[in-house]
Amino acid sequence: MTRCRIVFSGSGGQGVITAAIILAEAAVLYDNLIAVQTQAYGAAARGGSTRSDVIIADTKINYPKVTQPNILVCLTQESYSKFYSIIRPGGLLITDSRYVQTQKRVDARQKEIPIYETVMEKIGKPIVFNICMLGTLLGITGLVTPFSIQKVLENRIPPEFLELNQKALKIGLAMGKKYSD
Amino acid sequence: MENKIKFVQGNEACVEGALYAGLDFFAGYPITPSTEIAEILSARLPQKGGKFIQMEDEIASMCAIIGASLTGKKVLTATSGPGFSLMQESLGYAIMTEIPSIIVNVQRGGPSTGIPTHVSQGDVNQTRWGTHGDHAIITMTASNHPDIFLVTVDAFNIAETYRTPVVLLFDEVVGHMREKLIIPEPGKIPLVERLRTSVRDGTDYHPYLAREDGRLPMSDFGGVHRYNVTGLAHDMWGFPTDTPKVAHGLLRHLVDKIENNVNKIARYKEFYLEDADQILISYGASARSALHVVENLRKKNQKIGLLELQTLWPFPSAIVREKCLKAKYIVVVEMNMGQIRTSVQNAVEHPERVFLANRIDGVMINPTDIKNILRLIKGQGV
Repeated sequence: MTRCRIVFSGSGGQGVITAAIILAEAAVLYDNLIAVQTQAYGAAARGGSTRSDVIIADTKINYPKVTQPNILVCLTQESYSKFYSIIRPGGLLITDSRYVQTQKRVDARQKEIPIYETVMEKIGKPIVFNICMLGTLLGITGLVTPFSIQKVLENRIPPEFLELNQKALKIGLAMGKKYSD
Repeated sequence: MENKIKFVQGNEACVEGALYAGLDFFAGYPITPSTEIAEILSARLPQKGGKFIQMEDEIASMCAIIGASLTGKKVLTATSGPGFSLMQESLGYAIMTEIPSIIVNVQRGGPSTGIPTHVSQGDVNQTRWGTHGDHAIITMTASNHPDIFLVTVDAFNIAETYRTPVVLLFDEVVGHMREKLIIPEPGKIPLVERLRTSVRDGTDYHPYLAREDGRLPMSDFGGVHRYNVTGLAHDMWGFPTDTPKVAHGLLRHLVDKIENNVNKIARYKEFYLEDADQILISYGASARSALHVVENLRKKNQKIGLLELQTLWPFPSAIVREKCLKAKYIVVVEMNMGQIRTSVQNAVEHPERVFLANRIDGVMINPTDIKNILRLIKGQGV
């Protein structure tokens, strides 16, 4: 595979960093790829702006941060304004249509997807917003196998919440496939 | 069976290394960006019969591990700059009383409370001279998780071998970054256990009388021997003394046991140095960016290499000097205002060829930062 550089951005509490960790862990533990995950965050536990970088590759990764992402995910207006300009030309920009009004066109495939609204409509709990986002991303890109994500969820998520997360992942995967053209 | 392949933070790699090395006792006070070490050990250490104590502050934490080590335990504390400042007095006590102990400092922006969640390598010289008085100290670091694991095991071995505190100096990036770690099978890495005295109960035991090889066998405090431990200059009984000859001998012993073994203690990695006329010297997270630059420029046929230091103190001057003999440019890459740069300048034959590529704004130094400095040095503009 070619080296894939991803930036997840949003607000503290949305689960942006957790989603990044799950993706990178799936790549390393079950898809036999090399991945690193880093994060940038402030002192605030909730509401502050957060960013997590993931690099997935099949060769050694030295510098672990992402300067120009192939894939940029923005889950708030603030993170969109802050990061849209760093996307690699021809990259993939995913925004949540409820939280982000895209303003400027960048040289990227832009996908404005109603992830939050779909989660609320079909599940009714915002807690799995991040997993649905991850499913959507995988539906579009096929970065790692859904099986690998399933395995990570089984290991990380408390049993009582597992089904909820699996459902969110499935909804996201289907939605991502719809948007992958 | 427990899974030996993990996807973890650097802080957890340090925990795994410490447990592998036989850690028995942790006392600490959580602080960003080292908190995960305390958090994970609070669960893991009791599971293997060890003790975890959250103390009231870092002064107490350092004192607690010194006491626990004296009773025969392998000990660790973990902190960041502000906590490490508080530990300085008792770090000196551990040096003076020769107590094997491991202090992890996961560096964040400073001085003072600084930038808690951002990266820095500003505590390098603090680990060297943070505590007062002439002394030697051992400081080790690493840039990736397998190496964090290995230097942590090494630190425990070295602490026992030389009866001394060892500082593990990591940074926010490697501490919080997640990557793959494979934990070696037990027994694969040799462990150094406590050298205990063979002096039996009822016979005089001299806690500070060195054997011919310079090592001092210990006796678990509270066990069969009664003896004195003090931060004052002391004689072979451990009792205070101001006899010039004894004071002189003690200080020489404390410094020589480490400085005379600098090449044995030195850990480093070299990349493409054989024919390099440009040499980057780096450590910790910065070394990852430096290696990125080296591998990219090698593809463009530049003769560039990297010397990655894992032992910062005692500074491996002879090794640095020898590796840099043929270098036209030596660029020290670090996230401070040149703390290791100065040591490199003192070590090499041509200090005027030593330059600094640094960043001090809480952002990890990136490959472009380093490439720009290389271009500037060569008069190519940026």
